[in-house]
Amino acid sequence: MSGVAIVFMIISMLTIWGGLVLALINLSRHPEKDDDDVIETAGATGNNSL
Amino acid sequence: MSSPSSKQGAPLASEKRETFSSRKLFILSAVGSAVGLGNIWRFPYVAYENGGGAFLIPYLVAILCAGIPLLFLDYSIGHRYRGSAPLAYRRANRKTEMLGWWQVLICFVIAIYYAAIVAWAAMYCWFSITKAWESNPEGASGFFMQDFLKVSDDVNVSFDFVGRIFVPMLIVWLITMIIMVAGVNKGISRANAVFMPLLIVMFMILVVQSVFLPGAVDGLNAFFTPNFEALQDPAVWAAAFGHIFFSLSVAFGIMVTYSSYMKRKSDLTGSGYVVAFANSGFELLAGIGVFAALGFMAHNAGSSVDEVATSGIGLAFIAFPTIVSQAPLGGLIGVLFFGSLVFAGLTSLISILEVIVAAFQDKLGWKRTPATLVVVLPVACISLILFPTTTGLYLLDTMDAFVNQFGILACALVLVIVFGAGLGMLPKLAKHLNRHSSIKLGTGWKVLVGGIGPAALGYMLINEVQSKINESYSGYPLWFNGVFGWGMAGALIVGAVILSFVPWSKNSKINDPEFEEHQQNVEAEELPDPVGKEY
Repeated sequence: MSGVAIVFMIISMLTIWGGLVLALINLSRHPEKDDDDVIETAGATGNNSL
Repeated sequence: MSSPSSKQGAPLASEKRETFSSRKLFILSAVGSAVGLGNIWRFPYVAYENGGGAFLIPYLVAILCAGIPLLFLDYSIGHRYRGSAPLAYRRANRKTEMLGWWQVLICFVIAIYYAAIVAWAAMYCWFSITKAWESNPEGASGFFMQDFLKVSDDVNVSFDFVGRIFVPMLIVWLITMIIMVAGVNKGISRANAVFMPLLIVMFMILVVQSVFLPGAVDGLNAFFTPNFEALQDPAVWAAAFGHIFFSLSVAFGIMVTYSSYMKRKSDLTGSGYVVAFANSGFELLAGIGVFAALGFMAHNAGSSVDEVATSGIGLAFIAFPTIVSQAPLGGLIGVLFFGSLVFAGLTSLISILEVIVAAFQDKLGWKRTPATLVVVLPVACISLILFPTTTGLYLLDTMDAFVNQFGILACALVLVIVFGAGLGMLPKLAKHLNRHSSIKLGTGWKVLVGGIGPAALGYMLINEVQSKINESYSGYPLWFNGVFGWGMAGALIVGAVILSFVPWSKNSKINDPEFEEHQQNVEAEELPDPVGKEY
């Protein structure tokens, strides 16, 4: 492989796979929140009756 | 988890709307949808043809300026209005319901031919072991066209069935139906949780095996050597935007549907970045694996990589079988490659079908099983009538080309214009995305979706209209492209308009107490202004 091809292979891997790693790190720093209801729903629709 | 609603007495009565039980399962399913056949057989050649290593620049620009912003648009509509594509668009604005049905019909067309390719790939897993193509004097090409597909000389529609395609297609449809009937958590999530890790492991083994083949370095050299002059060509930039757009499954209705199953407090943008970069990460892996293998093929033939480089059906069913025959442990390469196509294809097919199933489930207000059967059975029957025939390849080729350009691309253009300039909904949707997301969106996102989006999509669509008008697609007869290309694309729009006028019954999800509750919670949570980092 030529030098320039190797350089571009490394840049591609760093940006794309590096981007994935950064995105995963960002997500792991923001854990999932619970969907506890904000408002009290008057006359609950019966969905939770079972 | 689904539980019966208050209408539990009726056999078809609807259930509580399902949600992905975890963020991880949503991401896996969304990546499963985005990673499809195109990542494996299209991206490597598009990158090679459009500047090699230098293609990275327009590619990254396209991801950040069009792919991810449009993905977020889909997420915001699906998650905010919590419905299948037609219902979510209708809830956003009554007049946009038609866009949802357009996407449902687009997914119908794609599903009927996509299953055929998955079935071919499954058969080629077996052929990789038996090296079935070696019996044909013309090699892999002759075997694929004459012995396997038995392609007719006439470009027509025949019902001359090919048993060796019909049976695997039937099996693909049965597997798909079982997954779809099981629902979002027990079907789609579980299938993706199994198929996606399997796909990644199989493909990684394939890549490792490929890069150690003799000549692989020449293939990688061809793939990564940059051609900076290509960057001055607008067609290269259009290719990057076009590829990213199709690769990320935006504007199909898929991401609208999947995001409607996310929990209310989901980190939409954080998850979206993972999905987008996982999709691209897989493509890069595919580029390395495919070009290493093509380098070996060129090395063996004593030719240059340029002479063997190809994409799509030609790459998978003609070039790869040749590599399988010549390479050490070729059978394993074949099983891994075609197995990857099967898993990548199946997870995408599931997501495409979910757009249709969810739409009918909402419209009819039925339970999962009857709603799935009423959709998947007819779709499977139409697929099994049209594609396992001696003319199936022609039909697939034309329908694929036209539904992509004049279905998805045209629909996406209308979508960004309507939601951007037309209804001015982008600020509201940005606000929704920012409620629980780790990466906040600001003016940049609105400019990209409302300005760059229509410009890039409009440019691509005009180019496509010109090229399809100027020459007959694939040299097929005018009537054939007219009916199954232009006619089909036009019929989707007419069908969508008609469907949008069909009234929603009282059993449908149009008046859903669960949604009302969701709506109240969403409104109660709304932040006054976006805070934190802006996109």
